[in-house]
Amino acid sequence: MQRLILAFIAGGLFGSGLFVSGMTDTTKVQGWLDVFGNWDPTLAFVMGGAIIPMAIAWAFTKGRKPLVGGDFPAPPEPKLGRNLVVGSVLFGMGWGLAGLCPGPAVASLSYGGWPHWVFFAAMLAGMFAAPAVRARVDRAVPAE
Amino acid sequence: MSSIPIDWIWGLIGGLMIGLGGAVFLLGNGRIMGASGIIGGLVDGSGRSNAAERLVFLAAVFLLPIVLHPLYRPFETHATTNVAVLVAAGLLVGIGTRIANGCTSGHGVCGISRLSLRGIVATVFYIMAGGLTVVLFRHILGVI
Repeated sequence: MQRLILAFIAGGLFGSGLFVSGMTDTTKVQGWLDVFGNWDPTLAFVMGGAIIPMAIAWAFTKGRKPLVGGDFPAPPEPKLGRNLVVGSVLFGMGWGLAGLCPGPAVASLSYGGWPHWVFFAAMLAGMFAAPAVRARVDRAVPAE
Repeated sequence: MSSIPIDWIWGLIGGLMIGLGGAVFLLGNGRIMGASGIIGGLVDGSGRSNAAERLVFLAAVFLLPIVLHPLYRPFETHATTNVAVLVAAGLLVGIGTRIANGCTSGHGVCGISRLSLRGIVATVFYIMAGGLTVVLFRHILGVI
């Protein structure tokens, strides 16, 4: 139960932050990516603002355990790999096209109107298909 | 565009809230707050063992903007109404984030804040891909 309450608080802060910061407004995201247009710096402030509490939280994990027990995530994997780059490029293309990424896609469902539901449904379909797509890529071009 | 300076401040406040959410999820539940991983685990079944935690988190991301919406400035997400663009973008975001194993929140906020090389490299690639996509589809093709 404690785990679910904490998940609700975390999700609530995440959703509120995405809403308040303007990151569910697709023109702000595309405006930040569009360095040749009327450049909008907001996204850099959102990223910077989010990284500060997270960096403190990571520092705080040293020598401690999570509140509900268990262990903290393992240290980051040092190996980069092809999938990281291929996946990030595909993600970036979709992000630029619609101005939405997974978090804001959920946070904007209630008030964004039908286009957000179309994007969300397509995103879920993509996530469902991803393991098969990854397997096919691996078979066609075996990794190093 | 006189509203831009205010937007920076809202961006920073929202960003801090996002980071605080990530800190609660990490220090409380010992989990990385990555939106694509939380959603994707439900979609492809890999997150079945902690599905309740994922659903509660996403419910809060969805619900909090409904609560905040009436209290906040008039809000418009300016999403495209071009169904082909929405579907293509959603598929790319869904497949890409799952192949790369993270998005703006997981690789961006949670990865960069622990100086994860994978997080930093992923972020560089999705921002470059997003920037080039906006330039191509907005300034050259005029689609978005």
